[in-house]
Amino acid sequence: MNDSTAPAAAPAPHTAGNVWPLWEVFVRSSRGLSHVHAGSLHAPDAVMALRNARDLYTRRNEGVSIWVVPADAIASSDPDSKGAFFESPQGKDYRHATYYTKSEGVKHL
Amino acid sequence: MSTTPETAVPAEETAGHGDISVGVPGAGAEFGAGSGDAAASATRITPGNALRPEDIALAVSRGTAKPSDDAAEYALRLGDDALILAQRLGHWISRGPELEEDIALGNIALDQLGHARSFLSYAGGAYAKDGKPGKTEDDLAYFRREPEFRSVEIFEQPNGDFAVTIARQFVVSYYQYELYRRLTESTDATLAGIAAKAVKEVDYHRDHSAQWVLRLALGTDESREKMIHAFQVIWPYVDELFRDDELTARLAGTGAAVEPSSLRADFDRLTGEVLAEAELDVPQVKAAPGGGRRGLHSEHLGYLLAEMQVLAREYPGATW
Repeated sequence: MNDSTAPAAAPAPHTAGNVWPLWEVFVRSSRGLSHVHAGSLHAPDAVMALRNARDLYTRRNEGVSIWVVPADAIASSDPDSKGAFFESPQGKDYRHATYYTKSEGVKHL
Repeated sequence: MSTTPETAVPAEETAGHGDISVGVPGAGAEFGAGSGDAAASATRITPGNALRPEDIALAVSRGTAKPSDDAAEYALRLGDDALILAQRLGHWISRGPELEEDIALGNIALDQLGHARSFLSYAGGAYAKDGKPGKTEDDLAYFRREPEFRSVEIFEQPNGDFAVTIARQFVVSYYQYELYRRLTESTDATLAGIAAKAVKEVDYHRDHSAQWVLRLALGTDESREKMIHAFQVIWPYVDELFRDDELTARLAGTGAAVEPSSLRADFDRLTGEVLAEAELDVPQVKAAPGGGRRGLHSEHLGYLLAEMQVLAREYPGATW
């Protein structure tokens, strides 16, 4: 997965040096579940990326639907700013339903 | 049809492999009742339901699926085609142009190997006579000599460069698709069952090769040149795929198979569409003499068999 902060700031796409670009693969297993990131692969274009994904990530009956996304199109959070990004909710237990006591006589809770 | 079994095997007897069972409606009923998709789960990966070579071998050994001599000879032909192609494609493993393509060709090889195992397991049933047991898929794959193989010449043609392998794949997968599509209607329940499983896989092989034909032909000058050369190399072997003979005439008469020549029009039309999109001409080349169905092979098959069979012959019964 591309860990850089934004696609715009990332270096040139992965096509340099005659190497096929990188694609991220999302597979939906079945029964209304959502697509889950399965891994990545190289492919010359989106059509072939889907086929390569089928061959690489659904060999054991894992999926009924595949998405492929150019790795460069994914903006991801910066692992170095984990504190600022993800630690704020810690200790804020009033954001959880279990913090509150149920009022008497309230049904269907 | 003498090959149609009279009684079905009780489901519990064939269910020794967990929730894997036959999912071919109307075609493979003798292989045991399927548990269907009811066993599918969102969180557990299941192998799915499909007719497996093991199911066929079991049905053959129990005598519930017994081919006529003609059907067995026919299964041997189709099994040999798939087996030789699988061996050829297997050579690409670790040699593909990219890791992803390596796996794609390996997958296709394994599909073909699965078809070969099914057809050969079925063909082996015809050797069960006068109290002697039938032959197994391994007996047929590893312990027959070159003139006993029934594959046509295109399957044994060398891999060449990637474009030649793609050209060969393009021809054989369009041929196999038309063949298996029709065989799903066969009056021979086992042939129909094998074809029903195989046709979906071969459909994907068509797509894979067509995608590459388009990309190589419409890519760079070099890739286009290689694609054109590859079709020149492979096309002489196309005719042999569609030749009828006495066996196919007899089988077509009983509805167990179709005449190969009857596939030609659809093959020409569908391959022609892709070739036109790729801006390629159908190669005008003389047909190779052929003779694979009678055991007459090109010089390539002997070397292929030597490599494929050496281990089984040097160490009979070896397992690993």
